[in-house]
Parts: sequence; C-alpha cells; structure tokens
Amino acid sequence: MTTFSNEDVKYFADFVRIGLSEEDKEKFSAQIADLIESVSNLKEVDVTDVKPMTHPVAMINVLREDEPKDILDREVMLASAEDQEDGLIKVPDIL
Amino acid sequence: MTLTSKTATELQALLQKGEVTAKEITEATLQTIEQREEKIHAFIHVAKEEATKRAEQLDQEASNTRGSLFGVPIGIKDNIVTKDMTTTCASKMLEDFVPVYNATAIDKLEAAGAINMGKLNMDEFAMGSTTETSYFGNTLNPWNTDYVPGGSSGGSAAAVAAGEVPLSLGSDTGGSVRQPAAFCGIVGMKPTYGRISRFGLTAFASSLDQIGTLSRTVEDNALLLSVIAGEDDNDSSSSAKAVPDFTAALTGDINGLKVAVPTPYLGEGVDAEIATAVREAITVLESLGAVCEEVELPHIQYAPTTYYVISSSEAQSNLSRFDGLRYGYHTENAENLEQAYFRTRQEGFGDEVKKRIIFGTYAMSADHHEDLYVRAQKTRTLIAQDFDTVFEKYDVVIGPTTATTAFKLGETGGDQLVHYANDVLAVPANLTGRPALSVPCGFVNELPVGLQIMGKHFDEETLYKVAHAYEQATDFHKRTPSIQEGK
Repeated sequence: MTTFSNEDVKYFADFVRIGLSEEDKEKFSAQIADLIESVSNLKEVDVTDVKPMTHPVAMINVLREDEPKDILDREVMLASAEDQEDGLIKVPDIL
Repeated sequence: MTLTSKTATELQALLQKGEVTAKEITEATLQTIEQREEKIHAFIHVAKEEATKRAEQLDQEASNTRGSLFGVPIGIKDNIVTKDMTTTCASKMLEDFVPVYNATAIDKLEAAGAINMGKLNMDEFAMGSTTETSYFGNTLNPWNTDYVPGGSSGGSAAAVAAGEVPLSLGSDTGGSVRQPAAFCGIVGMKPTYGRISRFGLTAFASSLDQIGTLSRTVEDNALLLSVIAGEDDNDSSSSAKAVPDFTAALTGDINGLKVAVPTPYLGEGVDAEIATAVREAITVLESLGAVCEEVELPHIQYAPTTYYVISSSEAQSNLSRFDGLRYGYHTENAENLEQAYFRTRQEGFGDEVKKRIIFGTYAMSADHHEDLYVRAQKTRTLIAQDFDTVFEKYDVVIGPTTATTAFKLGETGGDQLVHYANDVLAVPANLTGRPALSVPCGFVNELPVGLQIMGKHFDEETLYKVAHAYEQATDFHKRTPSIQEGK
C-alpha cells in the first residue's frame, strides 16, 4: 500500500506555491497515494537501453531568421496585470 | 428543415447561391442556442453581440472574396484564446481574463469567414473526462441529460450534437476531443501532433496537446481541418508539411485498405455491447473491400500510466505561469509576494488541477524523476514502437473510441478502473503523436457509441476517407437527439 502523507502533500505543494487547507491535505494525500499506486506498474516494464521519447514527432533544430517583429503593444499587455507602475508590473512587497 | 440543423457544407451552398445571408444564419443560431442552453449548458459565453456584428460585416463582403467557411457559425473551446473575448479555461483563475491576441486557429477561422458564436465549456484546464470539473458547472449530454457529455471538450461536443452550431474546436491531450465526440454521437478529429498550430491554445501537456475539430459529418470535419491546419511561425512544433484539401479525400473508395484491430481493444474492460458495435463496423468495412486483421500491441496496458505521469509532469510546469500578477485571478489576502503566489493558486485552481500539479511535482522531483518521469518517457518509446510496427503493414488501426457509453452525472468520481479502460483506447494517439478520429457507429441504451480510426502521421486524408465511406454506408449520423426537435 502506497502512502503519501499530509506532510508529503505540503512538501510538494510548497515547490509549486499552492496553499492548502488541512482538509485539502487529507484529500490529496489519499488521491495522490492512489495515483502513485496506479503508476507503479511502470516498474514492470523492461526499459533497458530504451531511449526516452521527448517529442511525439521527430523534429530537429527549427530555426528562423533573428529579425525583430511587431509584437503586442506594451500598454495593451500591461492592462491584464493586477497592478502596474511606470510601464512595469507592480508586485506586493517581496520582503 | 431549419437552418441550424444543416451542416456547414449545406450552409455554404445556400450562402454561395445567395439563398440566405450570414445574418439570417447567425440570428437562427443565436435563437437555437438560447432555447437549448437551459437544457445542456454547453457555452460559458455566448457571443451574441460580436457574432451579430460580424455577420453584418460579412454580408457586405464581395461574393468573390468569400472564404470556405463564410458565414458558418462555430463554437470555440474556452482554452483557445480569442482577442477581446473572455477565455476562462473553465477556471476561477481566468474567470475575467480577456486575451489581447487570437490563437492562430482563430485567425485562420476569421480569414475563412467563420462566425465565432462563443466559448464552450470544458473541464478546468482540460483536466477531466466529464466536464464536471468546470468552475462554471456541468454540461449535460444532449441525448440524455442525466449523463455527462464526456470531456474535457464536453461543451464542444454537446453544442454540435444539440444542433446549436455545426462546428466547434476542442483540444485533445488524452482523448479530450474523441471521447466527448463518441459520447455525443458526432465526429471528432485529433490530427497529427503539429498539424494545427498550438499558438494560443492554453498549454496543459505540451508534448501531447493538439487542437481538434468536431462536427456532425465527416465532410464538415474535413472542411474545418483544411482551414485551420498548417505551419505557423509562432509555434515551432507546427509542421511545414503541405495541407491538402481534406474534402478531396472523401472518395468512398476503401477497396484493399489494410485495417489492424488490436486484440486488447475488444477485450477485457470494454463493454460487450460496444465490442459488438465495433465488430459490426468491421463487417461494414470488410463489405466495402477493407481487409481487417487482429494485431497485438505488447505495451498497450502501460499507456494510461505513462500518460498520467507525462501529462501531470508537463502540466505542473505549464501551469506555473498562473501567478496572479501578470493576468488572471489575484488574491485579495496577501501581505507579501510569497503569500500572493500561494493564496492566488490556492483560491484560483480547482481540486483536480491542484492534485495533478502536486502529483506532477512529485514525479519530477529529484528522488522520483528517473523512476517515474524518465521511465514513463522510455515506456512511451516502446508504445510508439509497437504502433510503428503495426503501421508498417497496415493503413489504419481501429477500435472503439471509448470502453463504455457516457457516464451518469457524478458517477465516475473515484472509479479509476473505468477511466483506465477508456484511457487505454484514448491516450496512445497522443503519446505517439498520431492522428485519430471518432465516428458514430451505434447506440447502446439510446446512448451513442464511437468507432475510433487511428492513422499514420500526417495521413488525416486516409482517416477521413475511411470514416466517410463508413458513415455513408450506415445511418448512425442521421439520428439526432430529441433536443433537436425542441423536446
């Protein structure tokens, strides 16, 4: 039986900046334990000398000329941000 | 016959002859949507004003400059960005997000004269197979509203099946176009990876994602793909291969076609009645001159778990962009930047999304990376090789699109096994990058069944040819849910 504790949930959620209630930790620890259990069948596969597949259709070095293009207007893009000042995105206090 | 029960191809013919205007079609479509939405809730946003204005503009265009989808209504899955029109991904995280640019597929639709009728419901960030994880509530199956339409492109499939729109776009990361198409009795195509630009498709798992096309007939589907396929400077993984007119492939001639039927596709886990429907479909194909043989796929049972690991690992990275600062939901309860990240993501994402992000982080962590993520990538190679071997001898691989018909609302919550049997059928096309489509092939208890046809890379033409020949030899596509008669 695979276990994935409430602490494990918090440990991994911290890396990806997801806040959790106690209830969340409980719920996800059971669900993720199930997931880990179900993917454990991958251990049966003989992958000796098999190369990992990173892309579904082989493509090599897709290049283009390094020329600047017209892109979106800065003000238009900034309008989506929660807060802005002097053409920059403003964030809450860092320290 | 009302305007909204017509196919895109039929509407095109009427428009070309000047027998109807884009405005008349748009008005009829909006009226139909209004009537049927209270029953199925396929749309997150109905673009009433935008569509009306656009139809009026289109009617002013000279008849010799009109594109191949001129005046045809279409619905768009809400994870494909549309300039000046909300794109929510069915998430609180993007509830009020208004993109400042169009996805390439949307630009191409506009250039061809299509009219965007609005944004369609889905599982949150395309994570799910029932449309129940949407922040905006369920979509219901037009054939029976006690059942789900499938997912994650549930709104895209339900809107087409209910006759609200003749065409829609979805996205398919692990069956998310084909499974709802099968559950709703319509045609759904996931083209080859790279066939359609992913620019503007909100990324879930980048090595698996592909925009897909939904319609009531094979001909309409081929017409739609011909418009939106092609290379794009904004997506370096889009293919430079020439895009044929896919409708030209619909010759009806499949004499001598070599068809592989993987033994596991009709075995354990697949409902007996669905297996029967697919066997009958095989008989139809044989009567049209196809040669069908059973084949083995030695690693197929590992496809679902390979998919869970790879898709979650890629998702945890892709969804890191939702920080609440640049766009999207932003928490009100933060005193500093760190808290802002944690609380924005806690409050903005739903449970299914959080679970997959956390699991993906586990799979990518230093301790588990080799054993899970890399091992899954290696298993993916073995699965792809199995299919490569089959396609050396055969033109297409067929089987059921799904192992069961549509689930009852709320039924599948924890039943991993039901999903496993469906995923064995759905995810190989994504893992291998191959094109696959679903075409209606029967009914079980008045719920539709889909036949899945998978092909060689960039050979969508053969898929359309086979699906069209089969469709024309059967009557399943002519049946419509009672909601189309206003019941």
